[in-house]
Amino acid sequence: MKHLLSIADLSAQEITSILDTAVSMHEVQDRDVKKLPTLRGRTIINFFFEDSTRTRSSFEIAGKWMSADTINLTGKGTSVSKGESLRDTVLTIAAMGVDMMIVRHPASGAPQQIAQWVDCSIVNAGDGTHEHPSQALLDAYSLRRALGELTDRHVAIVGDLTHSRVLRSNLLCLRKLGAAVTVVAPPTLMPSGIASWAAADGFAVSYDLDAVLPTVDAVMMLRVQRERMSGGYFPTAKEYAVTYGLTSGRLARLPAHAVIAHPGPMNRGLEISADAADAARSLVLDQVSAGVAVRMSILYHLLAGEGNAQ
Amino acid sequence: MKRTTTPPLLIRGADVLGEGTQDVLLVDGRIAAVGTQARDDAPTGTGTLHAEGLVLLPGLVDLHTHLREPGREDAETVESGSQAAAAGGFTAVLAMANTSPVTDTAEIAETVLDLGRRAGYVDVHPVGAVTKGLAGEELAELGLMHRSRARVTVFSDDGRCVHDARLMRRALEYVKAFDGVVSQHAQDPRLADGTACCHEGELSGRLGLPGWPAVAEEVVVARDVMLARHTGSRVHIAHVSTAGSVEVVRWAKKQGIDVTAEVTPHHLMLTQDLLAGYDPTFKVNPPLRPTEDALVLQEALADGTIDIVATDHAPHARQDKEHAFVDAAFGMLGLETALGVVSTLMVQPGRMGWADVARVMSTAPARIARLSTQGQGITPGAPANLTLVDPTRKGTVDRALSKSLSRNNPWHGRELVGAPHLTLLRGRVTAREGLVWGGEA
Ligand SMILES: [Zn+2]
Repeated sequence: MKHLLSIADLSAQEITSILDTAVSMHEVQDRDVKKLPTLRGRTIINFFFEDSTRTRSSFEIAGKWMSADTINLTGKGTSVSKGESLRDTVLTIAAMGVDMMIVRHPASGAPQQIAQWVDCSIVNAGDGTHEHPSQALLDAYSLRRALGELTDRHVAIVGDLTHSRVLRSNLLCLRKLGAAVTVVAPPTLMPSGIASWAAADGFAVSYDLDAVLPTVDAVMMLRVQRERMSGGYFPTAKEYAVTYGLTSGRLARLPAHAVIAHPGPMNRGLEISADAADAARSLVLDQVSAGVAVRMSILYHLLAGEGNAQ
Repeated sequence: MKRTTTPPLLIRGADVLGEGTQDVLLVDGRIAAVGTQARDDAPTGTGTLHAEGLVLLPGLVDLHTHLREPGREDAETVESGSQAAAAGGFTAVLAMANTSPVTDTAEIAETVLDLGRRAGYVDVHPVGAVTKGLAGEELAELGLMHRSRARVTVFSDDGRCVHDARLMRRALEYVKAFDGVVSQHAQDPRLADGTACCHEGELSGRLGLPGWPAVAEEVVVARDVMLARHTGSRVHIAHVSTAGSVEVVRWAKKQGIDVTAEVTPHHLMLTQDLLAGYDPTFKVNPPLRPTEDALVLQEALADGTIDIVATDHAPHARQDKEHAFVDAAFGMLGLETALGVVSTLMVQPGRMGWADVARVMSTAPARIARLSTQGQGITPGAPANLTLVDPTRKGTVDRALSKSLSRNNPWHGRELVGAPHLTLLRGRVTAREGLVWGGEA
């Protein structure tokens, strides 16, 4: 494995291997000295063309705990405005002798394009409305910790599916791990062509959250931006919360063993009620702490290779 | 302008329009004789061109070319674009108005015309903007552009849609005074805004690219044919890309509405799956569509519902394409490959004859633009604007060999069968097997 661009490029075995390694990485977090020598002498650039404190710090901590030299760069205001192409921008950085570039970009496909221009490893840390593979891996990690193996477990993914990169990566990841998936949203927030997509990839589509909830082992709530109202995607925040939000009433009707996930940041009172977000069955904080372990595992798999774990 | 005399030329044994072998004599920039007469009439000093196995067509006319000058001479100039056109078998191109400054006045139209004359490879006819600065708010000086030396007859805000229905109505009415035509870039900006770059469907959903739904084109085509019916004016639909648009155009023609339509070589042959790797070479507006649409477009071209092939040749400098897909410029090269694509896709499989190619790539575009010296029959008296085609020549497209200043060539690496062998502008050779010959002094 050289790059992590899309979950589509990973086999179920590779996903499982990343998740298994993450378990041992997670133990490092409980040590007094949180340091592995694994990536000593390696240079990792966090190249973020779009703000994301959460993902960037998670990758940065993962790199530091593995003794890599990590450097943060913001790409905002570079390229287009200065008449420099994205290709020129990344070639300039790569020429400084970089082992890995972790790329967050507001444009779908940018990390895939960059991987064709440079020689170093590229990790997609979120590209437009396309994918966010490390998030999907950490979501799977958290779900697996809570539920055991995901084969035949039923996960509902609910919210603004059209604009969610988390959705696309999670769909691929959960399906590869054998989970059943139902996506739930109003038709205006479903990605185009969802019906044929669902038929091809074997997941279900529903507009009715209440019908789906009693059958789930996990429900993953995605962030809904209030700005979508002005785009005509739904009439009011109230209508959205009542129809598609994980309200207190719905929380009470979830199966007893079912867990709640949310990749954050949350809109309390819109897609998720405060008591659902803070419930004992909520994985929200687990997801954050698992983030570092999973990203350490990703760095390990891409830069260190088999047999070097310490 | 200095006139150089072109020596007389006898074209021997060419297949004229693909319908039979003839000799054709060219004298003083015109066709002097066709058939057995040609050899008898040849004056002393006539050169001979052995054209056995080659097809002779009236010179190709492109109703939709972007030459980028003035403003973006790093991407293309009138001269480099004219050379690419001649190499592609064209003898006339209509240069779209979205230059910088926009071609929205008589002065700019005449500037483009003069740059074309100076280059001398093809006749360059400027297209005038419909609205000032392509802003879609006020009509440009349509009449003055027509009265200028450039004699502008085709008006288009191409790159943008004239989406205000009242303004579109006025434009259609106004150009009637001088038999002009409005060429519409059909794209409802509320249904497909400037970021829309991938056909809306499962693929755009999976790739997370902003969708460009077919209906954003179809609603404008439907509205405009109704406006053309209401005004009794001529409307031309640029780069039709969807099956639904074809349906509307077919219906409108049955009603007797004066609508013509064009399809690009890339919408005929290339499909949306090329976007899977996010390569901006394949980013074009309207976007590449699914195979089903391409098949309907091919059929519509063959049965005459779509009148012409137009290249939408859109050169871009390297730095404008080497961005993330959604940030990269729209457009692809097309002048040098158009004939090969039509030949490979339509002629070789027997779906069209060379006479049909002459119609869709020369006669009909010249008629839509009201060009009197282009797209004529191969008959005595007609101007010697001609293209000789080698129908069997196979070649792999190599973007490095382009005459264009840009390299955004979606055909790179593809094999095409059928290529322009010789292009003649008023009896003078402007291109031979891809090599261009000095322009008019
Ligand atoms: Zn256009």
